[in-house]
Amino acid sequence: MQIIVVGCGNVGQTITQQLSKEGHDITVIEEKSSVVQNVVNSYDVMGLVGNGASYSMMKDAGIETADLMIAVTNSDELNLLCCLIAKKAGNCHTIARVRNPIYKKEINFIKEELGLSMVINPEEAAANEAERLLKFPSATKVETFFRGKAELVKLVIDEDSKLCDKALRDIPPELKKQVVITAVSRGSEVYIPDGNFILRAGDEITIIGESRNTMHFFRKLGLPTAKVHSTIIVGGGETSYYLAGHLLSLGIKVTIFERDAARCKELSELLPQALIINGDGTDKDMLMEEGVTSVESFVALTNLDEENIMLSMYVKSINPKAKLITKVHRVNYGDIIGSLGIGSIIYPKNITADRIVQFVRGRSASQDGNIEALYRLNDEKVEALEFIVSKDSPVIGIPLAQMKLKKGILIAAINHYGELISPTGESVIRERDSVIVVTTNTGLKDISDILEN
Amino acid sequence: MNYSMVRYILFRIIRVMGCLLMLPFLVALVYKEYDSAESFFLLIVVTLIIGIVGSHLKPKSKVIYAKEGFTITALAWILMSLLGAVPFVMTGTIPNYIDALFETISGFTTTGGSILTSMDGIEKSVQFWRTFTHWIGGMGVLVFLLAVVPMADGYSMHLMRAESPGPVVGKIVPKVKDTAKILYLIYLGITLAEIICLFISGLPIYDAVTISFSTVGTGGFAVNNAGIGGYSTISQAIIIVFMALCGVNFTVYYFLLNRKPKEAFAIDEVKYYFGVMLIAAAVISLNIYRAGVLDSAGLSFHHALFAVTSVMTTTGFGTLDFDKWPMLSKMILCILSLVGACAGSTGGGFKFSRAIIIIRNARNELNYLVHPKAVKRVYMDGHTVEGTTVKSVSAYLGLYVVTFIASTLVVALDNFDFQTTVTSVAATLNNIGPGLGMVGPMGNYSEFSYLSKIVLMFDMLAGRLELLPIYIMIKPKTWSK
Repeated sequence: MQIIVVGCGNVGQTITQQLSKEGHDITVIEEKSSVVQNVVNSYDVMGLVGNGASYSMMKDAGIETADLMIAVTNSDELNLLCCLIAKKAGNCHTIARVRNPIYKKEINFIKEELGLSMVINPEEAAANEAERLLKFPSATKVETFFRGKAELVKLVIDEDSKLCDKALRDIPPELKKQVVITAVSRGSEVYIPDGNFILRAGDEITIIGESRNTMHFFRKLGLPTAKVHSTIIVGGGETSYYLAGHLLSLGIKVTIFERDAARCKELSELLPQALIINGDGTDKDMLMEEGVTSVESFVALTNLDEENIMLSMYVKSINPKAKLITKVHRVNYGDIIGSLGIGSIIYPKNITADRIVQFVRGRSASQDGNIEALYRLNDEKVEALEFIVSKDSPVIGIPLAQMKLKKGILIAAINHYGELISPTGESVIRERDSVIVVTTNTGLKDISDILEN
Repeated sequence: MNYSMVRYILFRIIRVMGCLLMLPFLVALVYKEYDSAESFFLLIVVTLIIGIVGSHLKPKSKVIYAKEGFTITALAWILMSLLGAVPFVMTGTIPNYIDALFETISGFTTTGGSILTSMDGIEKSVQFWRTFTHWIGGMGVLVFLLAVVPMADGYSMHLMRAESPGPVVGKIVPKVKDTAKILYLIYLGITLAEIICLFISGLPIYDAVTISFSTVGTGGFAVNNAGIGGYSTISQAIIIVFMALCGVNFTVYYFLLNRKPKEAFAIDEVKYYFGVMLIAAAVISLNIYRAGVLDSAGLSFHHALFAVTSVMTTTGFGTLDFDKWPMLSKMILCILSLVGACAGSTGGGFKFSRAIIIIRNARNELNYLVHPKAVKRVYMDGHTVEGTTVKSVSAYLGLYVVTFIASTLVVALDNFDFQTTVTSVAATLNNIGPGLGMVGPMGNYSEFSYLSKIVLMFDMLAGRLELLPIYIMIKPKTWSK
């Protein structure tokens, strides 16, 4: 696919890296020549220096033949202008990053009128992820499939867990109940386990199942399943605003620390029910004063990765029971941060990149838009995808036991007209079903890609 | 330094060399030169085995940076030359390995300066290999490798940049692999077109193919004693056209093929290139016509244009011995040879785009003396040139001059006349081939001492790879841990 990426900041670079790895023809437009130089040296893409909203620049980048234009500059308005021009000049798909909450309310109108294929908002996406985690605090990661009917949940097995030192086939069915353990990460390795796989303490397992079944699974394991009741958020950016809004509507008590007095005023107008503290969130005394030792959850959302990580480590030391969520921008140090054991980490860039990769992969296959969801897990070593099965797909009608699958592929769930099937050897995929596939064989574009040639 | 990647790519180069040697082997079979065929066959088997075994083990990490890119390129070219010289020795054409190496480097770097005194008795397959080295070296073997095998993932640009000529090396399409493929397809297309044209104009097929290799690579090896002078005027005219075409930035052809003539003609250096070519040819033809070198004005222009194109594109073919022309003509040719062809072409020299940047920058500097507060950028092709590019071009000029002076001093040890000493360095550093005096169009390099030959070989490699790769390779810091 021929793709133009306008703006090469954090998100732009992550998208460029990901899409060039998947083999697309990418042209990057960015105003800073040093950034362009950098990108061209690291990835197999073409770089142009200039303003991406200019028509002649777009033409140089080959907009006439492009399939997709992604605008992720710092300015919402510039992004929308890029999309408008790209649409008129090349009639291609367009994706814009729009972050301003004011536009958010009108996003459907904007999308419709400008003919955008997708609008991405990394702040909001990060807030949504944080919200899911606070609703399900025992999990380190929660994602949804089948429009919310099924969930992907990650949890860490500790020494006292009922699962510790058990082979998968020995887990009692009343405990497991229609939940599939799809991936296990141990150290830096990730496994797609079979029945003989023995779980150990410290393993992080990924399970997929219907929402009430995953709840049940947690309950049987003796893990709390109730949402948190109070939270402290440090940093008052857009993500905090979105997150606090969601949490307040769920009846969760929210305290936000923000350094900038003007922003505090703004937040207190926008979120009258929240407690806004004008102060430095890294100030120990101030945190103590607001009850950090007894709070049920703590979310670090400042703009500095280092500060967020330090804060979470500090809170872990004084309040080990609290659910911790840490926002990290730089993805390069994923394995090191993971080993710190500070609970859930949110990478806003990755959430956005995942959605764009999903969009692009869905469009590259023969069938348009056949990928409903795509999540990349464990440092991008594992992918969980939801496919829609088209009419003449080669996977239809074959019992799973007889299917010749590629290595490292697991069919986690089948959704047949709203009925969720936990697959066994006899299960059959039918037309119009949705299927969740978990795989270490990354890069699948269509359900037929799971078959051995 | 990513040693495992250096090793991997070098073994892949050996493998590619094994494959490329199959062509002269086939030629040897066609012309029933069975002794040479045996030599080629042996060499093919050995290189393929070494190459396949050596590149079997994949590198630990494919991450390379500019440093590795330059070093790999320099080492690859040295390795290619060391291997490419072997057939000359094995077939007995050039028994001395140093001489054979000179001939091969002269081939790969598309210089075209020879140590052979006569073409008589040289087997067709060996002649074919000689001219084929021009063709391989013209577009570059790493570019070829990038076009056919996926290598360094996102980092392969470092390899392409190190091998391709010009101050700024960009891609024409987003992927390095596709860019390399397009360049080679255009290259192949031009080669085939010339073979067909020359064949129609009456050349034997063998001459048509070998001369085409020499022309499109802008090399300059001829296959008989008379050189190009022995062919008809029409054939010579065809060669002029193809030499001129191959000295042009190949991006132009890509634009033309994609029906974007506006972009193609917006490239400054191409305009200057053709402008200078025609003006120089006009002045020289007038000069030689008035001096009575030739009786006909038409023929004067023909031969003047041939010499100008040959020197500007750094091909180095000769129809007449321009060493006997009036001083003005000789000087013009000499100066043109220093400037060379366009960036992104198969030609050598300092490159028109660099000259444009240097001159425009100098003009701006003069302007600063008059208006000290003026802000003025260097423009080229309708865009401003990055400050870093201007700086690197100035640095390149410095390095070029230093190389030139140092080489001249060493070659001066041979105690030849002034013309020979200076132009032998100029002709090798700019990859032209013939200079003036003893190394004139009808002369050769056989008289030089081994020391001079080694220095000139260094100059040829440094000139073809545009100095930086070779210097970075020999810099001890590159190799320290």
